[in-house]
Amino acid sequence: MPLTNELRDDILASVPSLRAFAISLSGNGDRADDLVQETLLRAIANIDSFQVGSNLPAWLFTILRNLFRSDYRKRRREVEDAEGNYAKTLKTQPAQNAHLEFEEFRVALEKLPQDQREALILVGASGFSYEDAAAICGCAVGTIKSRVNRARSKLSALLYVDGAEDFGPDNTVRAVIGGNGG
Amino acid sequence: MKEVKKQGGLNAEIQSRIGHQLRAMYDDVVRQGVPDRFAELIRKLDGPAEAAAQAGGNTDKNNGGS
Repeated sequence: MPLTNELRDDILASVPSLRAFAISLSGNGDRADDLVQETLLRAIANIDSFQVGSNLPAWLFTILRNLFRSDYRKRRREVEDAEGNYAKTLKTQPAQNAHLEFEEFRVALEKLPQDQREALILVGASGFSYEDAAAICGCAVGTIKSRVNRARSKLSALLYVDGAEDFGPDNTVRAVIGGNGG
Repeated sequence: MKEVKKQGGLNAEIQSRIGHQLRAMYDDVVRQGVPDRFAELIRKLDGPAEAAAQAGGNTDKNNGGS
């Protein structure tokens, strides 16, 4: 459809959640805003292919997710400066304790495989249905469900199981999600 | 149906803490609203042609055509 003012407004209204998604994916505020900018340009460049009445946020998230992944393949994520940059994106600094816990959570999230992280964020934070998340990620609904479950298991192992680090999160997760009845 | 179901053996309390933290992290960014640079970008673009010209300015072209 053509780029009407109404459509401009709708795209703008999606910017806050696009940024949150981009930051959650990349762990890097500057990089996230570049991703959002590129997403907006691509969206408008291809606006003719957007179907009236279809889900605009899902369409925009799909573009951002694909950009992130193609970018990721080219250069590995810059994990080392992620922490500082992420903190800078927050306008209000949470209280010390809350901040520590928050930081721990973010670091744990970074440790998830990319497939699991994006599934968890789309369903658990962005509020997409499993069906929309599957469309965004280009996979089956069942795949999204299992990725979300694995992401939750791994996060809980990383964050809440005492000594999980000691015997390795992967083993812990395997034990938690196992049910490998042979 | 609101059955409290254990997912992969995780207890409900941990599940809800994870959900809460995830949303807190996400909503922190959502609450920042729309930065000026994006509001200006959307308003000043005339249409697809101009956006296409600007897209990929500092990265390789990977649009692949849709």
